[in-house]
Amino acid sequence: MERSTLDLWVGLFVCAGIGALLVLALKVGNMNGFSAADTYQVKAQFDNIGGLKVRAPVKSAGVVVGRVTGVQFDNTRFRAEVTMSIDKRYQFPTDTSASILTSGLLGEQYVGLEAGGDEAMLKNGDSITLTQSAVVLEKMISQFLYNKAAEGNTSK
Amino acid sequence: MFNRGGIVNIRHVGHHAIDSVLRLGYATRFIALTLLHSGTSFRRPRLIVRELYFSGVLSLIIILVSGLFVGMVLGFQGFHTLQTYGSESALGVLVALSLVRELGPVVAALLFASRAGSAMTAEIGLMKATEQLSAMEMMAVDPIARVVAPRFWAGVISMPLLAALFSAMGVFGGYLVGVVLIGVDEGSFWSQMQNAVDFREDILNGVIKSCVFGVAITWIALFEGYDAPPTAEGVSGATTRTVVTSSLVILGLDFILTSFMFRGV
Repeated sequence: MERSTLDLWVGLFVCAGIGALLVLALKVGNMNGFSAADTYQVKAQFDNIGGLKVRAPVKSAGVVVGRVTGVQFDNTRFRAEVTMSIDKRYQFPTDTSASILTSGLLGEQYVGLEAGGDEAMLKNGDSITLTQSAVVLEKMISQFLYNKAAEGNTSK
Repeated sequence: MFNRGGIVNIRHVGHHAIDSVLRLGYATRFIALTLLHSGTSFRRPRLIVRELYFSGVLSLIIILVSGLFVGMVLGFQGFHTLQTYGSESALGVLVALSLVRELGPVVAALLFASRAGSAMTAEIGLMKATEQLSAMEMMAVDPIARVVAPRFWAGVISMPLLAALFSAMGVFGGYLVGVVLIGVDEGSFWSQMQNAVDFREDILNGVIKSCVFGVAITWIALFEGYDAPPTAEGVSGATTRTVVTSSLVILGLDFILTSFMFRGV
């Protein structure tokens, strides 16, 4: 085989392989994920986090602004402590409230941030104090049944 | 009589055990020698380029076509199952994750073992049978540095590239069937896929897998060729063993790697 044609084919092969990797990274995967460099860490404590998992999205007004990086149990206050890293481009007031929401009826759970009106902004290592726990379906159903039963008793 | 048969059987087992340990030792020494003598092939990259053509470029067609068809079948089957739960929009996730994590590296490696691995074994086995390797040694050319090492590195380089091409082709095939043919919403196909597939967790782990498979396949193929009895029968037996052993090793390694990579999440 001619040396130059061999080089051409091998060059094409290597370029196509690297191109396929790039396509996988950019088109199939979410390469534009948040790296550690341009994020800041914020903590929030919840009574119940439901099915929230590490790497779940943190959304504000429906836009992904960060990721959950850690879920721990605070053994002094017996609450769940969620650590989030939020993109530096998005700044939130200190009285921002965090709640655990579900995308769709049975979808995955995420942290929703709702901005407050404070002048000061959240910094790295701050905590969000206004939190709302996840809605646990079983609790809601049992409460509903309990209310129904109570109603039935009063109407009798 | 019975006693004698028992002893013969036990002897048989012992013979096989010693034989396989010996072969394992030879194989380890062989890979160590190959790595030690790969300096030449990096000083003369033309040697690797030539082998990249034979093991990489000539495997392209089978890899691309299989990737496309595997992706298209995944599209059909995935749609059929997901439709039952009313979540056809997750088709992109199903196709992409199964290809990038498992099917891409594993099926590409199985194809590579039977397409390029067997060719490597047959070539080196025949070189040995026709005493080309001994002739090289006579001319003070180290056959491991000149013949084995370039093939090894070419295999290790081309395996991840082929696996990436397989996965990309498969995703394209899934897109063709899911979006173009069946009519799943294009936006949710891509956006759900991008949400679910993580670069480090899924794609990089797939690349690591295919690199490991590349090392395993070329190691087995080259050793079987180098170790083959220098007869027509020996070479054919070695070629068969290459395909069988490397396929089994790929599946076993895949299980081990998967249990390490995707255990926690």
